[in-house]
Amino acid sequence: MADNQNLEAIRKENERWAHKVAEATARWPERQEEFRSLSEIPIQRLYTPADVPELEYLKDLGYPGEYPFTRGVQTTMYRGRLWTMRQFSGFGTAEETNQRYKFLLENGQTGLSVAFHYPTLKGVNSDHPLARGEVGKCGVAIDSLRDMEILFDGIPLDQVTTSMTINHPAPVLLAMYLVVAEKQGVGWDKVGGTVQNDPLKEFFAQKSFIWPPRESVRLLVDTMEFCMKNVPKWHPVSISGYHIREAGSTAQQELAFTLADGIAYVQAAVERGLDVNAFGPMLSFFFDAHMDFFEEIAKFRAARRMWARIMKERFGATNLKALWLRFHTQTAGVSLTAQQPLNNIVRTAFEALSAVLGGTQSLHTNSFDEAEALPTEEAVTVALRTQQIIAHETGAANTVDPLAGSYFVEALTNEMERQAEEYIRKIDDLGGMITAVEQGYPQDEIMRASMEFQKAVEEGRKVIVGVNKYQMGEEKPIPILKIDDAVERAQIARIEDTKRNRDNAKVERCLQEIRDTARAGDNLLYPILEAVREYALLGEICDALVDVFGAYEDPAVF
Amino acid sequence: MKQKKVRVLIAKPGLDGHDRGAKVVARFLQENGYEVIYTGLHQSPEQIVNAALQEAVDAIGISVLSGSHNYVFPEVMKLLKERGMGDVVVFGGGTIPEEDIPPLLATGVKALFRPGTPLEEVLEFMKENVG
Repeated sequence: MADNQNLEAIRKENERWAHKVAEATARWPERQEEFRSLSEIPIQRLYTPADVPELEYLKDLGYPGEYPFTRGVQTTMYRGRLWTMRQFSGFGTAEETNQRYKFLLENGQTGLSVAFHYPTLKGVNSDHPLARGEVGKCGVAIDSLRDMEILFDGIPLDQVTTSMTINHPAPVLLAMYLVVAEKQGVGWDKVGGTVQNDPLKEFFAQKSFIWPPRESVRLLVDTMEFCMKNVPKWHPVSISGYHIREAGSTAQQELAFTLADGIAYVQAAVERGLDVNAFGPMLSFFFDAHMDFFEEIAKFRAARRMWARIMKERFGATNLKALWLRFHTQTAGVSLTAQQPLNNIVRTAFEALSAVLGGTQSLHTNSFDEAEALPTEEAVTVALRTQQIIAHETGAANTVDPLAGSYFVEALTNEMERQAEEYIRKIDDLGGMITAVEQGYPQDEIMRASMEFQKAVEEGRKVIVGVNKYQMGEEKPIPILKIDDAVERAQIARIEDTKRNRDNAKVERCLQEIRDTARAGDNLLYPILEAVREYALLGEICDALVDVFGAYEDPAVF
Repeated sequence: MKQKKVRVLIAKPGLDGHDRGAKVVARFLQENGYEVIYTGLHQSPEQIVNAALQEAVDAIGISVLSGSHNYVFPEVMKLLKERGMGDVVVFGGGTIPEEDIPPLLATGVKALFRPGTPLEEVLEFMKENVG
């Protein structure tokens, strides 16, 4: 960053200044002996060019839209187009969620993002015994194509893009979406969106798994292959750090495990014979924006640079767009507090700003009431307005990568990269991420980190305002969104009705075709599409695959 | 004579995958001398009560972040009563809105810890109510 002579002079000056610091701290000690980031990275008092001596502008930062993309994936970033404001939502029945989507679109939201309820995430129907009490609670209940038709009723699928947070059952939900598009008269080539479809992190983060690791990665590659041929504007995977972080990892672990998952998927796709230059641009990522402002910005910047180098150096990609790390961000759900909930608006705003300064392509801001329940309409509106204020009032979107060249931010970006690379090396040594997951490696690392964080909070080394400092006594409860138990009854009744009104013999033949295709090793998307068209239930399709792949059970270690 | 360790079952009901809190509590209680059995994810109330019976536990801690608390806790309490295990102390935690807590406590649940509860508070509760 600085030429050698300059660096010498600066180092000398740093020493001189250190004496002054010693004098000052002798009289006025600093607030703490040591300062650390949220993820336990030691933070210095001051950063100067001497802290980034190796940094070469053209090699390590470069220009926006150019390798290694540290400064952003698009040439003009938010000056050209703002990030997509994509609020994740879904609750109750498809009818209720459809109404919420229309409300959000009318209020300036620019993309949809579907939250499914737990039974859908886990690939079981609403009438499953384990679904009792959960139907429509954490998201919208989708059991068959019929629910999906209602969910997107009156929403033209060639005019919105839709992100679906769905993992192991992703091929089934994608098939449902595509059939809805068909019925609207929208060609698959005009349909855009994302399925999360990131199976490996399920085993150590979100825990909505169905099939074992290797089989679930095969389904991901099937989806990629299918989309390359048939749905070119669709992102068949969103490689997700969000859940890893929420499960208790540090920022470095989030970065490393996410990229390690990405490496495993690219590897599997290459082994299938897919062209890295062709599928590379279809990959997308998803990160958490937590409370440590600069650490998060450093993480986003490091992620772009690391992925570009991984794709180029490890996989030999030459297509510039195959080197892009494009990502969605959600503010940290775990940082929300049930105590003094209005404070969460402030937390979310800072987190969202870090995502914008880190160059995100789309953003979800959490609502202030989400430590207790799904958000009310009022709370969601504040969350969306937070993004609009950042976009239109703060000036943060006026220039590209405004924090580049900050000695601190560049040093932290380097440190983030160094620590994440160490994890990736370790995972390579274990034989790759699939094997690491089978051995419980990321599980153990996350458990350790979350335990340490909790202890730091208990001991007051980490302050959470309103929780372990500045507490208040009795607090007035805030309004909470209630999901009526009638949703569960209605959903179960609809399943019964669907079963009565379809050709059950045909459905059974479709399910057998899925089993046969699974055994034969052919692409499963085609028979899944046929089953979906016949109104096969999500749980029936997933169970047919369990018949062949087996079911993964939680090892229950702690 | 060495006192017999107090046995606690930590349980995750339903399809909910949020196990961070359950695991942190499980490990913390274990570090503090309790014999902890963890059910793992995806358990029905029936399975939880069966595990409690088999493992002869003194307490059950249930973690719910799926919004199904108004179903899970009363169901577990009912099953415990049916099996004559009314003396097992049941407590829980998760994303449970304040206003849902009193009716659940009325079913016999001993304590429900809200997000942000210090682990020490759980430990104190255990010492006072279980041993």
